[in-house]
Amino acid sequence: MAPPPLPAPWETIIGLETHVQLRTRSKMFCGCSTAFGAPPNTQVCPVCLGLPGALPVANGAAIGLAVRGALALGCTVQPKSIFARKNYFYPDLPKGYQISQFDQPLATNGTLSFVSPDRGIVNATIVRLHLEEDAGKSIHDRFAKATAVDLNRSGVPLIEIVGGPDLRSPAEARAYLQTLKQLLEYIGISDCDMEKGSLRVDANLSVRRAGEAALSTRTEVKNINSFAFVEKALAVERDRQIALVESGGSVTQQTMLYDSRENNVRPQRSKEDSHDYRYFPEPDLPPLVLTPEFVAEQQSELPELPSAKRDRFVATYGLGREHATVVTATRAVADYYETVAKTSAEHQAAANWVMTEALADAKDHNDQLRVSPAALAQIIGLVKGGTLSHQAAKRVFAEVAAKGGDPRSVAESLGVIQVGDTNVVTGWVTDVLGAHPTEVARYKRGEVKLMPFFLGQVMRASKGKADPKLAQRVLEEKLAS
Amino acid sequence: MSDAKAVADRLVKAKRLNALLTPPKDLRKSLVTQDAAARPTGVLYGMPVAVKDNICTLEFTTSCGSRILEGYRSPYEATAVAKLKAAGALIAGKTNCDEFAMGSSTEHSAYGRVLHPLDKTRVPGGSSGGSAALVGAGAVPAALGSETGGSVRQPAAFCGVVGIKPTYGRVSRYGLVAFGSSLDQIGVFGRSVHDAARVLSVISGRDPRDATCEDRDPLRLPTVPESLQGFVIGLPREYFPPELDPAVRRACDRAIRMMKELGAAVRDVSLPHTPYAVPTYYVIAPAEASSNLARYDGVRYGPRFNGATDLRGLYRATRGQGFGAEVRRRILIGTYVLSAGYYDAYYRRAQQMRALIAQDFRNVFDRGVDLLFTPTVPTPAFKAGEKLADPIAMYMSDIFTVTANLAGLPAISLPIGRVKGLPIGGQLIGQAFLEDEMIEAAYALERVVPATDEA
Repeated sequence: MAPPPLPAPWETIIGLETHVQLRTRSKMFCGCSTAFGAPPNTQVCPVCLGLPGALPVANGAAIGLAVRGALALGCTVQPKSIFARKNYFYPDLPKGYQISQFDQPLATNGTLSFVSPDRGIVNATIVRLHLEEDAGKSIHDRFAKATAVDLNRSGVPLIEIVGGPDLRSPAEARAYLQTLKQLLEYIGISDCDMEKGSLRVDANLSVRRAGEAALSTRTEVKNINSFAFVEKALAVERDRQIALVESGGSVTQQTMLYDSRENNVRPQRSKEDSHDYRYFPEPDLPPLVLTPEFVAEQQSELPELPSAKRDRFVATYGLGREHATVVTATRAVADYYETVAKTSAEHQAAANWVMTEALADAKDHNDQLRVSPAALAQIIGLVKGGTLSHQAAKRVFAEVAAKGGDPRSVAESLGVIQVGDTNVVTGWVTDVLGAHPTEVARYKRGEVKLMPFFLGQVMRASKGKADPKLAQRVLEEKLAS
Repeated sequence: MSDAKAVADRLVKAKRLNALLTPPKDLRKSLVTQDAAARPTGVLYGMPVAVKDNICTLEFTTSCGSRILEGYRSPYEATAVAKLKAAGALIAGKTNCDEFAMGSSTEHSAYGRVLHPLDKTRVPGGSSGGSAALVGAGAVPAALGSETGGSVRQPAAFCGVVGIKPTYGRVSRYGLVAFGSSLDQIGVFGRSVHDAARVLSVISGRDPRDATCEDRDPLRLPTVPESLQGFVIGLPREYFPPELDPAVRRACDRAIRMMKELGAAVRDVSLPHTPYAVPTYYVIAPAEASSNLARYDGVRYGPRFNGATDLRGLYRATRGQGFGAEVRRRILIGTYVLSAGYYDAYYRRAQQMRALIAQDFRNVFDRGVDLLFTPTVPTPAFKAGEKLADPIAMYMSDIFTVTANLAGLPAISLPIGRVKGLPIGGQLIGQAFLEDEMIEAAYALERVVPATDEA
């Protein structure tokens, strides 16, 4: 479902604020588990319950992961940053404030390069990246006339990544978010699962006439709770703003909530929106001071980033840019491809196999790459050496995926090894020609287009085992005589 | 066994002071249990220590002198309390205090005012007035209090006992219900410098649960010195204004003379930003309090009050009826000074002033002064009700104590004489983490000063 085309004179300006849960075992300021799916209020303690007298202590592992994220985005990691309290009342916020960072964030001024569907490569600004804790979860639909609160998520470590107003369409926002997700998954700091709430996105959107330099009043779009809705929600809000301005109205700065069922947006009640968060430095936590050694250590923990890996695959394995992009989509697939490519000299064939059979099989089996890289390299070698036809190789692949085993033995037990013995192939050819005298006569009168027919018959007679090149050569010889 | 009973009896005898919030029956029962479990090898074995009601204990409720936490039982105990118990001390009940430690007279408790142990028409000081009164009445040898702006030293001075506020970061705040987090420290009361100091030594030291607690070994107790030879003691002129109560001045002069006789060098010094300390304090402490007290919303613990039909109504009913007037006043002030548009004018400027006040002290200490001596409070204990209608007059009671909290420095108040039977306190302010020097000087002064004589 493509959104309706954008009227020519309008330009859309989008900036995303992304909240990402860090992959730590314990919470940001206490030792409670962050495991997803536990019974409500079982992963809590005095600290994350906000009991009187409890104090936060920052989780070093979370700080390390946040620094890795900042470095991967090319940010400047600040040697000193400050935790701050963001004050507001809500039942799932047990302390009455969230510990976050405000005017001195962990990192600033980075870049995310992504491929825009409209403009090619775009370098989007990352304004800042900061650490904070999550709130609990309010559950409004579990009990009649009551809201339940689960504080298992209270205190879970997050980073907020604030992107600049550099995106120009809903599709671009989606591409940005996909690239960001890929990067964060690559470096292993988050599993970026929107369904589990480990990646959440809010968007700032405004429209202006093309050519205008100043930004117009923006709205914030919230409640975009699935990847699929990013583009839809932003298109809806963009169209609303354009229609509003075209009919003589003006955009008010407010928060819009996206409703995915209705595919529309509605303003959040202004009371909920009129927060003065009264930020001030968190007196319970000293300034976060990071030594150059600590930052260097986090840098050394970073793997090769997706863009660098793609470029290297192009250079080292001679892949086209598009193929290299596909096989580097996730770190697991890239590592898989590279292991196959290192064992087999057939780099392009390896890419083809990974992009088709391997990824298709993985998609049906929980993203598991079920055929080992060594086995795939062997299959590719059997095709190259003429032992397996391409069709037979696919059968072998499927069998190895399902049941395991050594590809050659599997091929043998399936009886699909190609026969390259001239005597045996000559026997099949003789039988086929003997069975089709009419066609032989027509061929000899000049109807050479019948060759594929004969070849097909030979393959059939051999149950697919005849080496097709050899069979064709023998056929040509026999029919010429 | 008999020890625990005797401890309980002494506490129950002091009941008329309204200093203890723990019901006698609960207290007796718990003391017997604690006594049986206490480690005989601990350095405080068998010593009863009363604990201010804003410090979490497993044995007793922790209401912070507030209706909003009435009956609240903490599922964990403060690090300081755990350290006391590990040293063999007995937790001798919870003491009455100004609600959430906000006050200077212990008249702002939801559970009634505490009486001065020597004159029931007067206040014991505050906010740790219950702890001070119990030690002053001889019901316990020591007690824990808490300080944000003088809440241990001021009542210690009023009740004629010793009160120590340690360096910020010397004692873990884990389990101390927060008021002004950047100023709060647990402090101790004792009948003598030694009683207070040995309790402080036990509760001091690193705690992985408090990121603002310094990674240091517990305080080592100094020995009682023969003289004050080699000590340079500064007298900040801003702490001896012309309007100072003449009796307080006489008591101070006498103490200064005695320190000189012990061999101390005494020097006049200046802490020029002192006049701004109280206003600075009354921006920073309420700002932090407004945030620290946000959690009392009636959602998770504490009583719920009637009249709520929706979420906002629940907040309004709980906080409107659960908090007393002084707490509400400070939440309003704190919310105001942190609001967009006022932050720079108030909170940021107060932080800048706080830095200047701390710098004043460093300047003096850098010029060879070891300790400062001042009166603890400008007057002896005032009459109950006298300052209730005038919050500013009440706040001025903290004028000589708030500076040490703003600068994070250790300070001790000890009795240096009496006026018309009411105790007067003298204060020594030390350098950060040099409590041992400060206690050494206090030992020497305590030995010679006629603490119960008219000045």
